[in-house]
Amino acid sequence: MFGLNKKDSVLFVLVLFLTMCAPFLLNPFPQGSELAQFNAGYPDLMQRFVIFGIFAIGFNILFGLTGYLSFGHAAFLGVGSYAGVWMMKLLTMNVIPAIMISVIVAGLFSVLVGYVSLRRSGIYFSILTLAFAQMSFSLAYSVLTPITNGETGLQLNLDDPRILGVSEVNGSIPPPNLFGLSLRDSAEMTFGNWVFTFNTGYYMCAVLMLIAFYISIRIFRSPFGMMLRAVKSNQQRLNYTGLNTKPYTLAAFVISGMYAGLAGGLMVAMDPLAGAERMQWTASGEVVLMTILGGAGTLIGPVLGASFIKYCENIFSKINDNILHQWFAFMPDGIEDVIVFLVHPFVGKGWHLTLGLMFMLVVIFLPGGLVEGGQRIGRLFRRRKPDAASDASQTKPAE
Amino acid sequence: MSKMDLTRRGVMKTGAVAGAGLAVPTIFTAGSASAFVNEPTGGSVTLGFNVPQSGPYADEGADELRAYELAVEHLNGGGDGGMMSTFSSKTLDGTGIMGKKVEYVTGDTQTKSDAARASAKSMIEKDGAIMITGGSSSGVAVAVQALCQEAGVIFMAGLTHSNDTTGKDKKANGFRHFFNSYMSGAALAPVLANAYGTDRKAYHLTADYNWGYTTEEAITSATEAMGWETVETVKTPLAATDFSAYITPVLQSDADVLVLNHYGGNMVNSLTNAVQFGLRERIVNGKQFEIVVPLYSRLMARGAGENVKGIYGSTNWHWSLPDEGSKAFVKSFGTKYGFPPSQAAHTCYVQTMLYADAVQRAGSFNPCAVVEALEGFEFDGLGNGPTLYRAGDHQCFKDVLVVRGKENPTSEFDLLEIVEITPAGQVTYPVDHPQFAGGALGNCNPGA
Repeated sequence: MFGLNKKDSVLFVLVLFLTMCAPFLLNPFPQGSELAQFNAGYPDLMQRFVIFGIFAIGFNILFGLTGYLSFGHAAFLGVGSYAGVWMMKLLTMNVIPAIMISVIVAGLFSVLVGYVSLRRSGIYFSILTLAFAQMSFSLAYSVLTPITNGETGLQLNLDDPRILGVSEVNGSIPPPNLFGLSLRDSAEMTFGNWVFTFNTGYYMCAVLMLIAFYISIRIFRSPFGMMLRAVKSNQQRLNYTGLNTKPYTLAAFVISGMYAGLAGGLMVAMDPLAGAERMQWTASGEVVLMTILGGAGTLIGPVLGASFIKYCENIFSKINDNILHQWFAFMPDGIEDVIVFLVHPFVGKGWHLTLGLMFMLVVIFLPGGLVEGGQRIGRLFRRRKPDAASDASQTKPAE
Repeated sequence: MSKMDLTRRGVMKTGAVAGAGLAVPTIFTAGSASAFVNEPTGGSVTLGFNVPQSGPYADEGADELRAYELAVEHLNGGGDGGMMSTFSSKTLDGTGIMGKKVEYVTGDTQTKSDAARASAKSMIEKDGAIMITGGSSSGVAVAVQALCQEAGVIFMAGLTHSNDTTGKDKKANGFRHFFNSYMSGAALAPVLANAYGTDRKAYHLTADYNWGYTTEEAITSATEAMGWETVETVKTPLAATDFSAYITPVLQSDADVLVLNHYGGNMVNSLTNAVQFGLRERIVNGKQFEIVVPLYSRLMARGAGENVKGIYGSTNWHWSLPDEGSKAFVKSFGTKYGFPPSQAAHTCYVQTMLYADAVQRAGSFNPCAVVEALEGFEFDGLGNGPTLYRAGDHQCFKDVLVVRGKENPTSEFDLLEIVEITPAGQVTYPVDHPQFAGGALGNCNPGA
């Protein structure tokens, strides 16, 4: 299908299914039940899943294929966001120009950063990108306040010109739209106690993520992708054979910068505000975490990693002591308090701790990320019989 | 390149599938027919408390959360009722809001606009929160206020001191009880003139972000109006922890007053550095060198320890105030948590009560009805004396406290003494004051 081999087609159809059915899959618990806390099927979080999925897919094209670890990718996301908000302020609330300009501006910025940073490799490259990102963050935070609105973040105002659209509708800023279709609109479907929300903005992001995912598969399977892998395995040898690797790495860098720009543009299309923190080094670190957690160099890994981290951030951070007490209310008072005391550091404000532990566990036991975990489980089921036989023969006690 | 087989049938098939996929979301019609977003239908109503639980303002956030929990307890008829008995409006009776039990959800703003908006969005979209409140930074307050305006819920700002929250970034669905930079300047200037004279030369160190700018502007214009001269204004990075490099030039200038437009950890560090450099023992132009901190909080005073003694600043509220409302609040907060509340806790508690009362008076949770009930609302008994929620910009106008670091504190909470209570009239400004110019409230948005 579409020039993909069978395995990739299966993967693509799987991702297609997952994204299209996300409102069902992410809301498995009925409304009002104790477990409804863990439902993730509300528009904002679903949008974040796919937007950060795009960001991580793009990052993976650089990191997974060439092995160049960029620590400043959030800068491209931030630059894209600012460009997108400016389009919405100046041109129109239709998100198409905003998204296009986000990609273009982030692409141009990544040409600049990439051209300088790619003169070095390894740790020096990482430090250079980190320096660029921190520089962009500081500029956006203070010096460029007229353009970025500093710490407050750039947002829409009632008196923005919007020359191709309208400045205001009944004293409100018009919502972002796709040719008149408001991206904030949602339809709800109720089955008994289950409520599923279908949000226009989410589906727009999901379609774009599928396109991004498809392009990423094609890049992975192309001769260009092979060349990038060659850079990863031994760049020196490539140079000795007379090949100039710079154009390849720069192209990969710019492509992944444009992916970041697309993610930034989508973020402002869903929620028209661009803040400087989006470019901070923690944000750059987050995408590295997503990619490694999911599985660097795999196709679907980054998407899984992104969803996992965003899920932790949005769901675990909202569990407070009150909710814990409700959960463990069936226990005797003393034990309940002890359990709540033990669980407390890992939820609410402690969600970073949970994430950190998970990350350590994954890196130690599943170096290939969540994808490797999936593969191991898959192998366990597929080859149970032969494995069991060979295991029995091999694992005899040493004595 | 890899092969790309396009057949007519293949293209049509995939086109049909993609078309069907795109059409899916539009098949369902919007399910709810309610008049406004998140209309509470059951026996309970959900409020969203969005406070910083990690990051530089985590202390304030924790105190805000305590205040919110206390407010919910009081609204539901628990505890001693706190300020409900002293509040001039008597519609709240401890049976929740309009007979609905008050429930709440919490979230972490991380003092980042993005994270704060994500958290607020999940409260609105997932938990059905009808009102969002909290925050300990103006950037976050402005960002969340804009979100609430778009989503169609009420935003009751927590601790936010920048002029912009009710100035150029004001929104119809957003309300602020806390005071602002302009009020700090207007209240401080006369006190400073009395204490230090009118021919001073001021040197400003300003945190390099939005709140710092508006505070610097407010203080310079207020002090210049009474004759002070501004020698120099220097921006310092928000992340700075060592201010020595910024203090040295102060020693070389002929300034005799240092104004620290810093908050939180910034202020603790810059003040400590300034004192270490012996600024307070300096004599310049034949006058004693002085330091001023425009926005004070008890948590900051505790961080700076000995160094705050005798230093002037302004604050929204202090637990040692003798009025009935403050006493009732300090008593119920102290009973529950064992120590007196901070100004952040106070403003958050009051905002919750004001919202609940506005809903009761309006007889509806509809944001537009609530906005109408709050606009121009005059009340008393909530710790700040007679207060007005001005309709023009949704800012509360009330007395402002000018405080000074206490010379002989009796406990770790008794660090500030009230020098003067500046009457509301003196800190009131027109809606279109230049420091608040630009921006418009727009119309209230009930969402759906």
